[in-house]
Amino acid sequence: MSEVLAAKAPPAHRWISSERADDLAITQAVADPLFTGFGKRWWLALLVTLPFVLWLFIAVVWLFYRGIGIWGVNSTIVWGVAIANYVWWIGIGNAGTLISAMLLLTRQRWRASINRFAEAMTLFAVAIAGLMPIIHLGRPLYAYWLAPYPNTMALWPQWRSALVWDFWAIVSYLLFSILFWYVSLIPDLATMRDRTPHRAGQLLYGAFALGWRGSAREWTRLKILHTTMAALGVPLVCSVHSIVGLDFAASLMPGWQESIFPPYFVVGAMYSGFAMVVVLAATIRWGLSLQAIITSRHFDVMARILLMASIVMFYSYATEWFMGWYGGEHAEREVVRFEFTGTYAPLYWALLACNCLIPQLLWWPFARRSLLMLIPIAIAINIGMWLERILIVWNTLSRGYMPSLWRAFHFTFWDWSFLIAPLGLFAFLFLVFMRLVPSVSMFDMRKLAHEEAAA
Amino acid sequence: MTVKLLAEFVDGETLRSALVRVRSTGHAALDAFTPYPIEGLDERLGQERPRIRLAMLVGGLASAAFAYGLQWYSAVIDYPINSGGRPLNSWQVFLLVPFEVGIFAAALAGVLAFLWSCRLPRLHDALFEIPGFERATQDRYFLLTASEISPNDLRAVLTGAGAVAVTELRSP
Repeated sequence: MSEVLAAKAPPAHRWISSERADDLAITQAVADPLFTGFGKRWWLALLVTLPFVLWLFIAVVWLFYRGIGIWGVNSTIVWGVAIANYVWWIGIGNAGTLISAMLLLTRQRWRASINRFAEAMTLFAVAIAGLMPIIHLGRPLYAYWLAPYPNTMALWPQWRSALVWDFWAIVSYLLFSILFWYVSLIPDLATMRDRTPHRAGQLLYGAFALGWRGSAREWTRLKILHTTMAALGVPLVCSVHSIVGLDFAASLMPGWQESIFPPYFVVGAMYSGFAMVVVLAATIRWGLSLQAIITSRHFDVMARILLMASIVMFYSYATEWFMGWYGGEHAEREVVRFEFTGTYAPLYWALLACNCLIPQLLWWPFARRSLLMLIPIAIAINIGMWLERILIVWNTLSRGYMPSLWRAFHFTFWDWSFLIAPLGLFAFLFLVFMRLVPSVSMFDMRKLAHEEAAA
Repeated sequence: MTVKLLAEFVDGETLRSALVRVRSTGHAALDAFTPYPIEGLDERLGQERPRIRLAMLVGGLASAAFAYGLQWYSAVIDYPINSGGRPLNSWQVFLLVPFEVGIFAAALAGVLAFLWSCRLPRLHDALFEIPGFERATQDRYFLLTASEISPNDLRAVLTGAGAVAVTELRSP
């Protein structure tokens, strides 16, 4: 537990569980660990993630050398783990911006504690997501053909293709997220510049702080820019995952032509993303001893959002089943039957348990406030959401219109590699982020503390 | 000769009341430096409203129009291809790329407008020379004031309003 900012039970204020949290205490609690280092725990964690980073690197090199035949994909099930990963990671990525932007616009002041690392989560998750389609391309060296540029072949991208929309959605979203994150980071970088005892830190933080002085003029402009970006970010996030949904909805395969996919994908993204934020918030809270700033109330409200999203997801699944039956098409009904009883049925039941059943525990307040309950639920949701993404791919492709083409997907070692190793890369990037950048927005916390009369 | 004085306060409330007193005694309050955004301070300082949103609108719409124009030119003029009998100018789906690009461009235009209107990035500033000013980003509240005629009076006003330190800012 942080020495300067000791948590108190019961919480003294609504969103800060410490009797007094003045400007200096907040600054110290968040910034000072970055100067002293996190000690052994951090290095150990970094050491654990390194083999995964190496593993991913080897897997990518081997994939580029041998081609996508090293996976379990075949001529019927042409999409596999890479595509499910893509949808899953970008879903996690969406939540960071969505949380930050939507909570900013709705004036949910508690976002101050979680927005910074939620946005960092977005950056890393979207970057990993962006790798997946390229990895999946088969001929990744031609990935740049997606971009329109004057070329000797006199070719242009096919603008009517959902995959070209994907490219623009990911690139725009990644760049937007970087800007959105950086803009709200500038004042904190200035704090770091002014507080660091090291010359190198002064130069580095100073360069990125751009000469910020915290003048009224700068604050006004920053606020206008940030809220306007947030207002633009919400439709952007929704459109990005809708476009991902269109990869499936704008097709002719049974089960892949449902107009509910775009909103259903957006809710799914928010769902898995919030679950990931819960896990990361618990990690940061423990790792940086920020119990006073990230309180059990924060987990309580996040759990409520998870519960709501779980209900909406269940509704979406039910709509999918209903439309499959109501449409009357034999192939559509066959896909729904196959979901419940076919090759992947155990996974499908696990999906329903993880996404719809287990989160119902969150109706009880003790489950929302106890991290021992909440973290396993959040992990279950993330597993469930990944299963959902892979099953959307597998079920439809395994049961197309042509029964002679019905086949199954079999996991290979390299499928597992691309499923597990990116998690290590994500953890690695996140650890580096925690070490270099304040994980909690200090100026937002100071403002919150003043509003809560804790300062 | 104008003399600029920088006053240091321990909290935002004192700074706010000092601002009122500086104004009412006929001196000028130029800017305030605070560790977190204080609502309404810019209006009290009489700063004009920035036009960042206008820049974002223009930048976003222009880029979106450019993206649409590029699609239209490539799909209709330069490389017409019959894709499943769809019209060459499939405007419904051609709106997706301009939307994504337009939002990113609006954000970029906003950031540039923000930097421009705040005169950032700034390598150095005379205020950074003042001892203790590094606490403006941590836990102290600073008010930059100016007086044409009676700097001593201004100094007295600031001290009387609760400033813990008043420093003269020497222009380079």
